[in-house]
Amino acid sequence: MQRIGVFVCHCGTNIAGTVDVDEIVKMVKPEQGVVHAADYPYMCSEAGQSMIINAVKAHNLSGVVICSCSPRMHETTFRKAADKAGLNPYMVEIANIREHCSWIHKDKAEATQKALILTRAAIAKAQLNSPLFPDESPVTKRALVIGGGIAGIQTALDIADAGFEVDIVESTPSIGGKMAQLDKTFPTLDCAACILTPKMVDASAHENITLYTYSQVDKVEGFVGDFTVTIRQKARSVDFDKCTGCGVCSEKCPSKKSPSEFDQGLCTRPAIYTPFAQAVPNVPVIDREACLKFKTGKCGLCETVCAPKAINFEQEDELVARKYGAVIMATGYEPVALDKFGEYSYSDSPDVITSLEFERLTNAAGPTGGDLIRLSDKRKPKSVTFIQCVGSRDVTQRGKAYCSKICCMYTAKHAMLIKEKYPDTEVNVFYIDVRTPGKAFDEFYRRAESEYGVRYIKGQVGKVIDNGDHLQIQAVDMLDNKKMDMKTDMVVLATAIEPVKSAKSIATMLTASIDTNNFMTEAHPKLRPVESPTAGVFLSGVCQGPKDIPETVAQAGAAASKVIGLLVKDKLMSNPCTAKPDALYCNGCSICENVCPYGAISYEDCEVNDHGVREVWHVAQVNKALCQGCGACVVTCPSGAMDLQGFSNRQIQAEVDAICR
Amino acid sequence: MVYSYYPGCTLKTKAKVLDKNARLCAEVLGFTLEEVEEWQCCGAVYPMGADEIATKLPAVRALHAASEKEQGIVTLCSACHHVLKRVNEDMCQNKDLQTTVNNYLAQEETPYTYHGETTVLHYLEILRDQIGFDNLAAKVKNPLTGRKIGAYYGCMLLRPSSVMQFDDPENPTILEDFIKAIGAEPVVYPYRNECCGGYISLKEKALAEEMSQKIADNALSKGAEVLITACPLCLYNMKKPDGETLPTVYFTELLAEALGLKEE
Repeated sequence: MQRIGVFVCHCGTNIAGTVDVDEIVKMVKPEQGVVHAADYPYMCSEAGQSMIINAVKAHNLSGVVICSCSPRMHETTFRKAADKAGLNPYMVEIANIREHCSWIHKDKAEATQKALILTRAAIAKAQLNSPLFPDESPVTKRALVIGGGIAGIQTALDIADAGFEVDIVESTPSIGGKMAQLDKTFPTLDCAACILTPKMVDASAHENITLYTYSQVDKVEGFVGDFTVTIRQKARSVDFDKCTGCGVCSEKCPSKKSPSEFDQGLCTRPAIYTPFAQAVPNVPVIDREACLKFKTGKCGLCETVCAPKAINFEQEDELVARKYGAVIMATGYEPVALDKFGEYSYSDSPDVITSLEFERLTNAAGPTGGDLIRLSDKRKPKSVTFIQCVGSRDVTQRGKAYCSKICCMYTAKHAMLIKEKYPDTEVNVFYIDVRTPGKAFDEFYRRAESEYGVRYIKGQVGKVIDNGDHLQIQAVDMLDNKKMDMKTDMVVLATAIEPVKSAKSIATMLTASIDTNNFMTEAHPKLRPVESPTAGVFLSGVCQGPKDIPETVAQAGAAASKVIGLLVKDKLMSNPCTAKPDALYCNGCSICENVCPYGAISYEDCEVNDHGVREVWHVAQVNKALCQGCGACVVTCPSGAMDLQGFSNRQIQAEVDAICR
Repeated sequence: MVYSYYPGCTLKTKAKVLDKNARLCAEVLGFTLEEVEEWQCCGAVYPMGADEIATKLPAVRALHAASEKEQGIVTLCSACHHVLKRVNEDMCQNKDLQTTVNNYLAQEETPYTYHGETTVLHYLEILRDQIGFDNLAAKVKNPLTGRKIGAYYGCMLLRPSSVMQFDDPENPTILEDFIKAIGAEPVVYPYRNECCGGYISLKEKALAEEMSQKIADNALSKGAEVLITACPLCLYNMKKPDGETLPTVYFTELLAEALGLKEE
C-alpha cells in the first residue's frame, strides 16, 4: 500500500477562482492510500516545493499527487522536488486541473466536481506507480550535417569552433547551396558570393570539419549519441588527392552541351566540370551520362591533358560508415515545378523565367555576365513584369497553401537591381499582399516603390501569352477593379519553394517526422524550434520551413548550440518511461515493429522459461535509447505483451475506473 | 454501352446539327444514347446563390432519371454539362442542399430521393475514356488530312476544374487529341480557353464581339483554318466576328465527316 500525499495548487486565482480548493482537500482525504492532503497558492514556488519536501519526510510518503497545471509545465519541477526529498521522481503524479479544468469551465460546482474526479484518477494511478531509473548511454563526440548550403555551413562552423568534429554531406560537387547562386542579398544588397565564399573556405580549411561533397546519406542506424551513418561518396572520376584544380580538363572537354545545374540550365557546361568558379572543393567531377569516354569508349582527352594524372575512369562509389552523436538536417529547398501552371507559359516561352533564373541572369558571374536580356532574341527588355505568389498561398491541389516568405523581398530586390542598371526599364510587380516583416525590410520595399518607381499592382495574372516580339499579360487590378491587358518584354515568376525531394527519404532514415508539405517537424513549434521530436536530430534552415538568409543563419547557430549542448555530455540519461515487452506473452507477430515511428523495436531470439520449459522464442525487444514512450506499440499489440513503464495498462485502467466510479 | 442522354433545349432548336451528328456517330462507335424522358431545361446557367434551389431541380430530375436506369448521363452542350455536373457535385457534397431538394422531391407525384449517385459525362469524355482516341482513329474512314483545326474550349467545360475534372484548365489537350484522332492537324493557340463573352452578347453586344474577335484573331495568327467547339453559345458568339475567314463548327460535325457519315 502506498502512502500518498495530495497537494492542491491555487495557481493564484487561475485554479482557485473556478475550483473550490478547500473542498478538494477535504474530499480526497478519505481516499484509499491518501495519508496527507494540503493546498497552497503557488505550489511551484520555492515555499510550495519545500512544503512538499517536508510533507514527504514528515508523513513518510511513498507517492505524491500534485493537482496543478499541465505536466508539460511543471512535471520536471515537482519530480526534482521529490528527488530532493529522497523519493523516486517517477512516484510523482500530476492531476491537470488548470488547462483541463479551471481554464475551460465557468461553473464552480461543476469544475470542482471535475477537478475531484481528475484527482481521484491521479491517485489511482499513483497507487500503482513504481520507482523507475533512467539508463545511461555514451555520446559519440562528432556531428553530421546533411546539406552544405549556408545553413549547413554555419551549423558546422559553429560546432567545429566549439571544438567538436563535424562532417558535412553535400549531394552536389560543391558546398554553397542556393546562396551561391544568388546575385545580391536583401535588404543591404551585399553580394551573396562576397559574404558566402569566405565561409565556404573557412569550412573547408577548418581542422574539425570534413567535407563529403558529391555524396549522399545511404543508411542511418542507432540513436541519439550513437548514430552510425553510411555515406555514399559518388564516383567523381577524379582523384581528389592528385587534382590541382587547374581546370584544363574542363577547358578541353569536347562534350560541352549539358545544361548547367548551377546556372539553372541557362547555359551549358562540359561533361567534366566544377559547378562554379569559387567551388569548394575545387575538384571537378565527370558527369558520366554526358562524358564521351563513358558513352562511347572513345575520347579520354581530359586524361591526356591532366598533368598530375588525376583522372580515374575506373573510380567507383565509396561507402563510408561513421559514428555520430548528433545529426543536423540542413537539406534546404528547391523551387516548385511549374508544369501545372500553364497560364504563365513558362514552358512555352523563353522570356518567362523563374526568380532563381533571374538571379543567374543578373549575376555578373552568370551566363550573360550580368546583362539582362530576353533569352529569345537577346534584346534588352524595355519592360519587365514580376508575378508574385506563383504556387504560394495557393490552396488548390497544384499549389502550396503556405507563404514562401522570401519572394516579396527578393522581388523588390530584383526590381531595384533592374532599375539601378537600366533606369529606363518599366518594372511592374503583381502581388496578392506585400509581406515584409523583418529588420529594414519594409523600408527596403518602399524604396523600390517610391525611390525607384517600381509599379506595384495588387492583383493576380490570369494569362501570359508569347506573341513573339513581346509578351501579352491578362490580369486584374484589384484596387482599380479593372481587367488589364498589357504588353511586356519579360516575365519573372516568384516561384514557391518546397523542401528538396530527398528530404523525405532522409527524414525516414532518421525516423524524424515531416509535415504534409515535407518540411521537418519541430519538437515544439515555439519552444523547441531547432530540434526534431526524434532525439539527436536537429533542424537548420529551410528544411524546417521557408526562411531568408538572416533567419537561416540564426537558426543554424541555434541548432549548433543545441548540438554542442548534447556533445559536451559524456553520458546521456534516457527517459525511463519506455515500452517494455513481456516475452511470455509476445507471439512474434511484428505489428509493433511496424508501427514504431522511431525504429526502436526489433525481433530477437530470446530464451524464455515457460512454466519450467526452457525454449528459444523470436520476440520483440525494445531499444530503450530509441524508444520515446509514445505507446503506439502498446495499443497495437494484440496479445498485450507490450507495456509502457510509468503508463502501464493497469494504471490507465485504474484511472478509468476512478473516473467512472 | 447505353447512356442516358440529356440534349438540352438548344440542341432541339439552333444546334440540331450538334445533336444529330452525335447520335449518328454514337451508333457507329458502339454506344447508345437514350434520351431522358420529359427532361426540362437545365436553367442554362449554374446558379451561384447558395440558397437557390428551384433552378437546380430540373438537373436533379434528369440525374435521378438516369440513376433509376443505372446509367451515366451524357451531355453535349457545354452549358448543360456544366450545370448538370456542378449540381450533381452539390448533391454529393452539400448536405443542406440534399435535405432541401429531397424535401421537394418528396412532394412529387411519385416521391423519390437523390444523393448524387449518377456519373455525369461529356460526349468527349466518352470518346477519350470509354472508346479511346486510338480506337476512334481506327474507325475513321475519311481522315481530315491536312486540315488545320483550332480547338476552342471556352470556359464551361474546364472550370472550375476541381468540379469539372475535365482536363487541365490551363493546358487542355482533349480536343487536340480528338483532332489528331480524326486525322487533322491541331493548331494550339493561347486564347483557346478564353471566354467568348457568353451571355453578355445579349446585353453588351460590342463587348462580346471584342472578346470573340480576340480569340479568332489569335487562332488565325497561329494558322487555324476552322475552329471546333462543343458549345452552342460559343458558336453563336464566334460565328459573327470573322465567319468569313474563320468558320466555327461543332466537333460532332467533323467527327461525322471523318467517320464517313456526312450527308451531302
